[in-house]
Amino acid sequence: MSQESILEVKDLRTSFFVEGDEVKAVDGVTFDVPKGKTLGIVGESGSGKSISALSILQLIDSPGKIVGGEVHFKGENLLDYSTADMRKIRGNQISMIFQEPMTSLNPVYTIGQQIREALKIHRGLDKKDGTEKAVELLELVGIPSPRKRVTQYPFELSGGMRQRVMIAMALACNPELLIADEPTTALDVTIQAQILELIKELQDEFGMSVVMITHDLGVVAETCDYVAVMYCGKVVEYADVKTLFKNPRHPYTVGLLNSLPRSDVDQEELIPIKGTVPAPHEMPDGCRFAPRCPFATELCHRELPNLDDVGEGEQIRCWIYTDEWDGDPEVKVYDPERTSEDK
Amino acid sequence: MTNQQQVEQGDKKQKVENPKVKSIKDFYRRLKKNKAALIGFYTILILIAVSIIGPFLTSHDPNSTNVTERFQGPSAEYWFGTDHMGRDIFTRIIHGMSLTLGIGFASVIMGALVGIPIGIISGYYGGRIDNIIMRLIDILLAFPGILLALAIVSILGGSLVNVTIAVAIYAIPGFARIIRGSTLAAKKLEYVDAIRALGAKDGRIIFKHIMPNVLSPVIVNATLYIASAVLTAAGLSFLGMGAQPPTPEWGAMLNDGRGYMYDAGHIAFFPGMFIVIVVLAFNIFGDGLRDALDPKMKK
Amino acid sequence: MTVYIIRRLIQLIPVLLGVTILVFLLMHLTPGNPAQLMAGENAPPETVERIEDRLGLNDPLPVQYFDYITGVVQGDLGTSMRYNTPVIDEVGDRFWVTMELAIYATLLSIFLGLIAGIISAVRQYSVSDVTIMIIALFGLSMPNFWLGLMLMQWFAINLGWFPPTGWGSPSQVLLPVITLGTAGAAIIARMTRSSMLEVISQDYIRTARAKGVKERIVVYKHALKNALIPVVTVVGLQFGSLLAGAVLTEEVFAINGMGRLLVDSIMNRDFPVVQACILIISVVFVVVNLLVDISYRFLNKRIDLNE
Repeated sequence: MSQESILEVKDLRTSFFVEGDEVKAVDGVTFDVPKGKTLGIVGESGSGKSISALSILQLIDSPGKIVGGEVHFKGENLLDYSTADMRKIRGNQISMIFQEPMTSLNPVYTIGQQIREALKIHRGLDKKDGTEKAVELLELVGIPSPRKRVTQYPFELSGGMRQRVMIAMALACNPELLIADEPTTALDVTIQAQILELIKELQDEFGMSVVMITHDLGVVAETCDYVAVMYCGKVVEYADVKTLFKNPRHPYTVGLLNSLPRSDVDQEELIPIKGTVPAPHEMPDGCRFAPRCPFATELCHRELPNLDDVGEGEQIRCWIYTDEWDGDPEVKVYDPERTSEDK
Repeated sequence: MTNQQQVEQGDKKQKVENPKVKSIKDFYRRLKKNKAALIGFYTILILIAVSIIGPFLTSHDPNSTNVTERFQGPSAEYWFGTDHMGRDIFTRIIHGMSLTLGIGFASVIMGALVGIPIGIISGYYGGRIDNIIMRLIDILLAFPGILLALAIVSILGGSLVNVTIAVAIYAIPGFARIIRGSTLAAKKLEYVDAIRALGAKDGRIIFKHIMPNVLSPVIVNATLYIASAVLTAAGLSFLGMGAQPPTPEWGAMLNDGRGYMYDAGHIAFFPGMFIVIVVLAFNIFGDGLRDALDPKMKK
Repeated sequence: MTVYIIRRLIQLIPVLLGVTILVFLLMHLTPGNPAQLMAGENAPPETVERIEDRLGLNDPLPVQYFDYITGVVQGDLGTSMRYNTPVIDEVGDRFWVTMELAIYATLLSIFLGLIAGIISAVRQYSVSDVTIMIIALFGLSMPNFWLGLMLMQWFAINLGWFPPTGWGSPSQVLLPVITLGTAGAAIIARMTRSSMLEVISQDYIRTARAKGVKERIVVYKHALKNALIPVVTVVGLQFGSLLAGAVLTEEVFAINGMGRLLVDSIMNRDFPVVQACILIISVVFVVVNLLVDISYRFLNKRIDLNE
């Protein structure tokens, strides 16, 4: 990668230990977030994308545990940090917003109290200065009559407004990195667009880097510069957003795109990916996607491919793009027409 | 899709067809995991067995007095000592076991038999009936704890049967309320609407579809109510309003003992200890049942 | 909020009416003639009739109830059959003794219950959690009259640290309050623990952590305040059972409170006193629950908008 990265995640592993079983929710995830850019992490539910995001800030609750890997933020491995040092990062240099604005704010404290808290911890602002700054932040995120809002409780605000409050709270200390975990999933479609727009504006204004976790390729297309596609706890494809949409290479990415209505490509029909995501305890030995992959060969079922560089900053975890590939050599070329004929 | 997956899906379909069997199995599986609940369950079984067989095995007569052997401490002859009339406390406790368990079970079953229909009617029909029933329940609940039972016994007069009735009445409002809540929840299930749309009669809906859904809160609460019924009944007897002498009821035995705390504390100690064992067993078992049946605790 | 309070006060009226009707019927459901009871078994029929007239026992029931309720509202709770004195004089100070006992016991159970419950939740599955929960289970399963007798035997009789009976001095207060408060403490501890555990897994706790808030503050500021909301309702119900449980505690420690008066009066079939005691305890309970409900509303700001 030629650009400077603000965050480099290497071989991150997070597991949940339930009744003696280890469930590998994040199983060796690697990705970079270039400075000032937005990385999208896409995947179905259960792909480990949210757990990856929570692992960056070490917000994993028991029975979950980060079992390996490195999380380099501005060159330093956060996993080596003490709890106290980590707290200085959270809400300060790296902030996070969550999927459920309805439940992510504490119901018994006012909006102002909750925004002031981060300012007090990281900037030492007292109540008066904190309130001024909170009003300023609410204004920034487009909340009308912010001075009144700081004294209100979360229940007095709509879902969209609450997500704006969450964003204001996250931005309180001018973070360098914002992790947004499905920030719009729980919101109405019209509000979704507004919130995404807001995040983008603020990113431009403050030069933040953003990690956007989503299952929605539409969101990716609108907001991201780079994309990491996750499947079963692993990154299967990493590319810049244009390449990914124009020339998706991993069969899973192709499948995702084919199952989505698009305006930029001629589609005869939407093709859903066959089968379902394997349960954690039935994980295949080889490529996790092999049971659902139309091109899978015996090699795919037997051995797990690596996440390999395929040039131009693109990385793919698929046997098709390796020298070992033993199936149809033609499949390397993406052609929606042909795959739909296959069916 | 591979063959194996297809087979698996076929299996799943079969399981789904009979959700009840699955949930009972599931329930046993989860109950087994809760060691405390199992201990509670086995203790209850043992207590029941002792209450039936025990009286035939004791070497003393529960009611035969012996003036020369009064206030004896625990010994090989009198395991738990003797009381103020020289009666063997251990024998009396064993003979009293069936009374305690009997009052507990009988009062809770009676309370449930009245409370459950009230709760179902209230929750299922709603509206005016519900309103009236709930106001009446509110009135009963305005007499806290043992007070309602005390009031009832003061009308009926003190006897074991009246204590049982009093404790049963005391259990009614609780059952009615819980069942009303579960009925409301079950009524909201979409399939109940669908069945009603198909023209099913109320009675059929209640028995076939509502009842199974309210069953698990009934079982959990009945278990926990037995615990508090035993405490309440013993309390009434302790006050002299339940079992009359010389019945070997534990609360009444405690009442006998409290006059001799200076010289023979064991007279009060042992019956109380057995009340604790019985109540503890039902509480532990009830807690375990609740955890096992609570969908929130799944996984 | 004002609307809510007014609505709750209006709702209170049918409950209080119902309670008075039930308490009133107590006397009339009782087998035997109260006038005969008052006059004594061998009293001449004329005396009995005279008493019946004086008590209005020959009036239709609704009239009698009306007379009764007008009396109650004016503070006239009837006349003790046994002592032939106004019931209100009999209850008098004993009411405050029972209230004191119940209030101290409630405070103790809140104090112990909250501390134990929080420790248990914060250190879930630790040795202290398991120990606390086992003790709580015992506390819940012990008849308080037995606990009282055992405490009396150990600390009053064997060790001589406290007087075994009576009420008034601090040393007399301690054992009865522990006796009465233990079950409540156990219930509050269990409730606090489960409530805390539920709150700790909420999204807003994660938000607080993501802000860089210290774990201690996450627990005591963000979690506790939310966790206490459901505990408040339990405290109200607890106060009621403690009030009723005081009957047994007073018996054990020979405390001259309303509970003991109630038991004595039941034994002596002094029904006006029985009526009065049951009525007073119920009304106190209902009023306390109302106050608790209002404070619950006050604490739980979320509900307001929904209604």
